[in-house]
Amino acid sequence: MKDFIIPDRDFGTPAAKSKQMVTLTIDGFDITVPEGTSIMRAAAEIGISVPKLCATDSVDAFGSCRLCLVEIEGRNGTPASCTTPVAPGLKVHTQNAKLKQLRRGVMELYISDHPLDCLTCSANGDCELQDMAGAVGLRDVRYEAIETHFKTKNTSGEANPHYIPRDDSNPYFSYDPQKCIVCSRCVRACEEVQGTFALTIEGRGFDSRVSFGARDDNALASDCVSCGACVAACPTATLQEKSIIEIGTPERSVITTCAYCGVGCSFKAEMRGDELVRMVPYKHGKANRGHSCVKGRFAYGYASHKDRILNPMIRDSINDPWQEVSWDEAMSFTAARMQGIIEKHGRHSVGVITSSRCTNEEAYLVQKLTRAVFMNNNTDTCARVCHSPTGYGLGQTLGTSAGTQDFDSVEETDVVIVIGANPTEGHPVFASRLKKRLRKGAKLIVIDPRRTDMVKSPHIKAEHHLALTPGTNVAIVTALAHTIVTEGLFDEAFIRDRCDWDEFQDYAEFASQPQNSPEAVQLLTGVKAEDVRAAARLYALGGNGSIYYGLGVTEHSQGSTTVLGIANLAMMTGNIGRPGVGVNPLRGQNNVQGSCDMGSFPHELPGYRHVKGEAVRDIFEKIWGVKIDDEPGLRIPNMLDAAVDGTFKGLYCQGEDILQSDPDTKHVAAGLAAMDCVIVHDLFLNETANYAHVFLPGSTFLEKDGTFTNAERRINRVRKVMAPRNGYADWEITQMLANAMGAGWTYTHPAQIMNEIAMTTPSFAGVTYELLEEKGSVQWPCNEKSPDGTPLMHVDGFVRGKGKFINTEYVATDEKTGPRFPLLLTTGRILSQYNVGAQTRRTANVVWHDEDVLEIHPHDAETRGIKEGDWVRLASRSGDTSLRATLTDRVNPGVVYTTFHHPDTQANVITTDYSDWATNCPEYKVTAVQISPSNGPSEWQTDYNAQATRSRRIAAAE
Amino acid sequence: MSHDGTHHSGPHAKLIYMANQISKFMESKPTAEGIELFASHINDFWEPRMRRHLFEVIDAGGAGLRPLALDAARLIKRPAAQTV
Repeated sequence: MKDFIIPDRDFGTPAAKSKQMVTLTIDGFDITVPEGTSIMRAAAEIGISVPKLCATDSVDAFGSCRLCLVEIEGRNGTPASCTTPVAPGLKVHTQNAKLKQLRRGVMELYISDHPLDCLTCSANGDCELQDMAGAVGLRDVRYEAIETHFKTKNTSGEANPHYIPRDDSNPYFSYDPQKCIVCSRCVRACEEVQGTFALTIEGRGFDSRVSFGARDDNALASDCVSCGACVAACPTATLQEKSIIEIGTPERSVITTCAYCGVGCSFKAEMRGDELVRMVPYKHGKANRGHSCVKGRFAYGYASHKDRILNPMIRDSINDPWQEVSWDEAMSFTAARMQGIIEKHGRHSVGVITSSRCTNEEAYLVQKLTRAVFMNNNTDTCARVCHSPTGYGLGQTLGTSAGTQDFDSVEETDVVIVIGANPTEGHPVFASRLKKRLRKGAKLIVIDPRRTDMVKSPHIKAEHHLALTPGTNVAIVTALAHTIVTEGLFDEAFIRDRCDWDEFQDYAEFASQPQNSPEAVQLLTGVKAEDVRAAARLYALGGNGSIYYGLGVTEHSQGSTTVLGIANLAMMTGNIGRPGVGVNPLRGQNNVQGSCDMGSFPHELPGYRHVKGEAVRDIFEKIWGVKIDDEPGLRIPNMLDAAVDGTFKGLYCQGEDILQSDPDTKHVAAGLAAMDCVIVHDLFLNETANYAHVFLPGSTFLEKDGTFTNAERRINRVRKVMAPRNGYADWEITQMLANAMGAGWTYTHPAQIMNEIAMTTPSFAGVTYELLEEKGSVQWPCNEKSPDGTPLMHVDGFVRGKGKFINTEYVATDEKTGPRFPLLLTTGRILSQYNVGAQTRRTANVVWHDEDVLEIHPHDAETRGIKEGDWVRLASRSGDTSLRATLTDRVNPGVVYTTFHHPDTQANVITTDYSDWATNCPEYKVTAVQISPSNGPSEWQTDYNAQATRSRRIAAAE
Repeated sequence: MSHDGTHHSGPHAKLIYMANQISKFMESKPTAEGIELFASHINDFWEPRMRRHLFEVIDAGGAGLRPLALDAARLIKRPAAQTV
């Protein structure tokens, strides 16, 4: 474990971005800073901390506390240094007799209305009010306040009307108004950093109080999304993590990376001994810039949840109870079973699924296990069910599947298209950064069947919301291209320079065809032609145009085609290769980018190189000392088909719950049940484990070293802050299994695995743990050509050479509505829960979302006799389930929506096995369904739960 | 697709469906290019077992396959004989 001294000073006000430099003198020292810098920040840069309370560098200066007063030669008065910008030649004094006296007077007033219970206060040792009282030399408080906000009773024993009791409604932090100094840092953090506007200052003067919206709202009932920005900003014990109240202050912190979504926020894991006290977003994290969401900030309790399995378990048949065994026994049992299968059914009868939640190093080892030990290419990863079409589509058009920008790029965008993504729920920290840019004037186009919070929420509103019918993305994207081509809005110079002009001509001819016009597709998409045209004009002509997209694009039978269409749009408008533009897939899982990079796909070795390439195989054959199969392996759905067919018998599944997350649950269950050896390597007995013969307990991201790669290709370090409770890091467990099968691997630290990755994979050639220590993080490609990594792709030319336009013919999905199934179901996520919920359901996040509900338009509900909160039966051609309904006009009539975070709901019993034509990515986003009133759980749900309960039995130790 | 009565049963039905999906995309390209890209797509992404099943369909006359898929058959790599 490594202890870090963190350069994490608060400079008081945000950094100025001007290139114009200004020189001034502060306390006799010359300092040169960018124009627009505050005097406070300039002083901080030379190490002078001007006393302050209401200023912090995460929000704009406010100038309310009057503690940071300074004197400037030749100017009257004592201006606040936080709100006074630098000017050339200023001579500033931060400390003299007059300033000292003024500051003491200010502090005296503050303290007169603050309880003096510092010793027992939860912020003791971590309180800026306490620090400032010391800094200004406060020795006496001369005022006896008659009215206070903190005394529960007045001198006559009557209740104090100004006293507000502590609000403990939020599970993770408390709001204690008696400690509040009304500096507004929380209110400003909620507005400026998070963009939710849940907090406000109510009342005036002495009556001013921080309030969660309306007077009778508490933190939980308000709009608060529990991102923790206010808690981080609060200088006192007013807004404080409950874990600090319970445990005390931390004694050290370790920089690491969040294990939830693909934004990949950097956090400080603040520790006392080996107890995690709190997770605080790291200011210098380049993905999150000091911000966080409720999951990364607070929802880490699953790591110590009682459901966590800590010992390996085996069983002969899935009908038997589990037997706890030693690691040695588990490994010899597993190796013998897998070897038995290979001997009997051949080396192609087994395979692996790598985890997009585990580290790069772990994913690399798992694919190496199948390629070098099982001797086949049967490896896949959960990207199959999310962004595999991105890999195909962007690979074909631009030459690499990678997102083109870094997240900082959003600060320079002018027009944003968000298509099939719901960033406020799925990628909340990116959403906050996007909303910040929108509040400063960028324009937004949302293409989504549902009215998400991006369409309209406090202080943001999309110019255009194209609320299309699910399944018609290709028609809309091609109609946008039609408008751009036929109205001559394309960037001819860019296309001539960077793409093949003749190819563009072919594409233009295709896009111009009348059947691709907004008017022609209006009936299919349900979107008015003039809205499509207006959106196209805005994107093409509005300045820097960027596209951010998610699984609403990829999880369709034409997912790959939509990705091609998106790349076409960016290329024809010249929106590639500079800050503020680009094509940005928002990746779902923390390391889905990394697991793809690491060769998890069955046709590609690490670095996206096809297994048919002899030169590429040669690199690995030399290092691994084996012959690598030159044929592509099975993808997840193909593995399951082959299992049902009887030719696929053994699977090692690391950190992935295919039974819950993959479509058509009955088919997945049948595939798993047909196998002779299913090895589940996970934290919990997940749904897939119901069909497993071996359970290998996993370690959490807090318990191991490694790297995650986020959606902007940024390789971030994951650092071990405590010993693995299960005994081993996941990479060690994979190595044990490989060695039990004779591999002879000898890794002793993930850094050695990264060295092997760098040695074999050109885009990682320059990556070492030493470099990551030095730089904090790098974005691949990182090699001789770009030793510091690559924030922006395709700057001087496309990775593939010339950008390629590819025709995007709309083919309607075969999943069609009809008399029996007249509604379209689409699926999505919610902020507080993460994917299948294995982690977040085991935290207090369930207070926000404890079951999946079905959103249905009031018209559709009325014709079916369904009222708010009713149980409804949701049936498709694949199966049926029951859940509660909520009535909302967020969805159009004809469309229903639900999330898939809870196994009881079994939303994937409903989804079909239709999939993307190019990648077999399942069509989660369109299922024809019928809704009817119901009394409760369906027969399938009851049977399923009975099987799950039976399967999770663990035999008592003898 | 098990729920679609027009398809064959067993592993072939799904593969025919998948091949036709790819075919539909390739049909928007010039014919020769479409055929070539169809074949290379199958060669690059379909595991030998899947190609073997596809050839079982093709060798039996290709019932259910779209014409482009059938035309591309000559460019699809026949998987090596099954090895254990």
